[in-house]
Amino acid sequence: MNTTIERFDESARRRVGAYGRTVVRTGELVRHPVYTRVLHWSVAVFFILALLSGFAIYSPWLYHWFTPLFGGGPNTRLLHPWFSLGFVALFALQFLNWLEPMTWNADDRRWTRRIREYVTNADAREPDYVDFFNAGQKMYFWAIAISAIIFLISGIPMWFPKTFGRPAVGIGYVLHDIAALVMLIGFIVHLYEGTAAQPGTFQAMTRGTVDERWAWTHHPAWYRRATGRDPRTDYEPARARQGQRAGDDRRANV
Amino acid sequence: MPTGMLQIRAISAHPDGVPGRGVQREEEVCKYIDVTTCIGCKACEVACVEWNDMPFQPTTFDNTYQTMPATSWNYWNLITFHEHQRDDGTLMWLMRKDQCMHCEDPGCLRACPADGAIVQYANGIVDFQQENCIGCQYCVSGCPFDIPKFNSATKKVYKCTLCSDRVGQGLEPACIKSCPTGCLRFGTKTDMRALADARAKQLREHSGFPNAGVYDPSSIGGTHVIYVLHDITKPELYGLPANPQIPPTFTVWKRFAKPIALVLSLFAAPVAFFHYVSQGPKEPLAPPPSPGYGGPGPQPPASEVPR
Repeated sequence: MNTTIERFDESARRRVGAYGRTVVRTGELVRHPVYTRVLHWSVAVFFILALLSGFAIYSPWLYHWFTPLFGGGPNTRLLHPWFSLGFVALFALQFLNWLEPMTWNADDRRWTRRIREYVTNADAREPDYVDFFNAGQKMYFWAIAISAIIFLISGIPMWFPKTFGRPAVGIGYVLHDIAALVMLIGFIVHLYEGTAAQPGTFQAMTRGTVDERWAWTHHPAWYRRATGRDPRTDYEPARARQGQRAGDDRRANV
Repeated sequence: MPTGMLQIRAISAHPDGVPGRGVQREEEVCKYIDVTTCIGCKACEVACVEWNDMPFQPTTFDNTYQTMPATSWNYWNLITFHEHQRDDGTLMWLMRKDQCMHCEDPGCLRACPADGAIVQYANGIVDFQQENCIGCQYCVSGCPFDIPKFNSATKKVYKCTLCSDRVGQGLEPACIKSCPTGCLRFGTKTDMRALADARAKQLREHSGFPNAGVYDPSSIGGTHVIYVLHDITKPELYGLPANPQIPPTFTVWKRFAKPIALVLSLFAAPVAFFHYVSQGPKEPLAPPPSPGYGGPGPQPPASEVPR
């Protein structure tokens, strides 16, 4: 099973990768190859289309705001399930692509216990054991995966209500909304974390590379695997310098 | 359907108030159906098809006198035939005119996400406005009586209008006009309810139907189509739900939980913004060590650290 997925993913990665390239500048590491980037943005486009067209039907207060984007109410209704199928199908590929680095392990349980330090930026860098993805990224990934399944299961009866009957639609309607809100919250956090919250992250998904400093700060275990160097010897002096600056800042505030 | 002279009371998925509501005094209308005097002649079916200009359809034989299994998008009025064996072994033939009940609290209107696709007039008629319909069929799931029917070619939903076009011009609905026995009547809700109560009393006291009563279910605030039944304790015998309900999905969830949950979810955005303002970004540790960057270099003096 695993090897089938790996073989499929590997061939897709090779074929798509042949049509693009990742330019690596001095002091950078490759983070996301062409295939991953193309998948991510394809999923993102269909996600946003499905989100906006879904919002149009979500509540009477949103109806007139979002239906014009898709050519009116009937078109919005017509397109929404197809946007969603596009999203689910593309996310299925992304799921296979990321299944291995997204697997939940003991380190992630350690990470979740320190989520407070992470959120408040009390930790200037991630703990040593954080590999390619941290547990927060994994949580978002699995939330999307589970929500996508719920979307599909609840959405099909809503698409064909005569076939599935009133109770299925009644329950599906509520589940569809809950999945949408879980995704919405996750999406907002994802946007923030990928841009403003962590400078240097966004280029991982556009150019495909990250700065080495970014890697040892946010993913030390991956840095160790990717470079063969010990992140600690690289970031300890750096942290000492930044700590000094933080100290200055605090004194200035008093 | 044309709105004619009718004043609108409620509009589906309409965020604002209803213009002109409550300006004029308007009587609520009601269709009275006495199933005990219905002879199953189907004149009302023909009248409905004729008035609404719907094509005649091939009938389906299913060992009863019923025209077809159920109403459809262009067949809004159907006499259903139910054979019922009473406790004493005798047979009763229960005929019921099936059509939209024009609920006081319409599940279809509650479920509808499209502004103006379903309206309820001040006189109680619930009417679909196909030009605003988006074809989602939530109304089908919201209706306790399985009345709205989807046309997959036009992607719109249709149902009985209670001849709102006729009523708006002061006429009675087509089915009423055609009824030969007088089991169908049309008037104000108050009058029809009084008539129905009197008829049920008559059935109870003089015709040997001790359970006779009026079907005007309070679980949906009453209906603008009421039945006099031989046995009000068993409406299921006629294919009517004893306690019609709008799914909570379209009442509690749609009306209250959805907007509140959405606003709470969108709070993630200001939370993220104020996180940035208060905690700042998590910068990569250390500026690039000078020169020949490619790993840890010599540590520059603290004073030279660029910000």
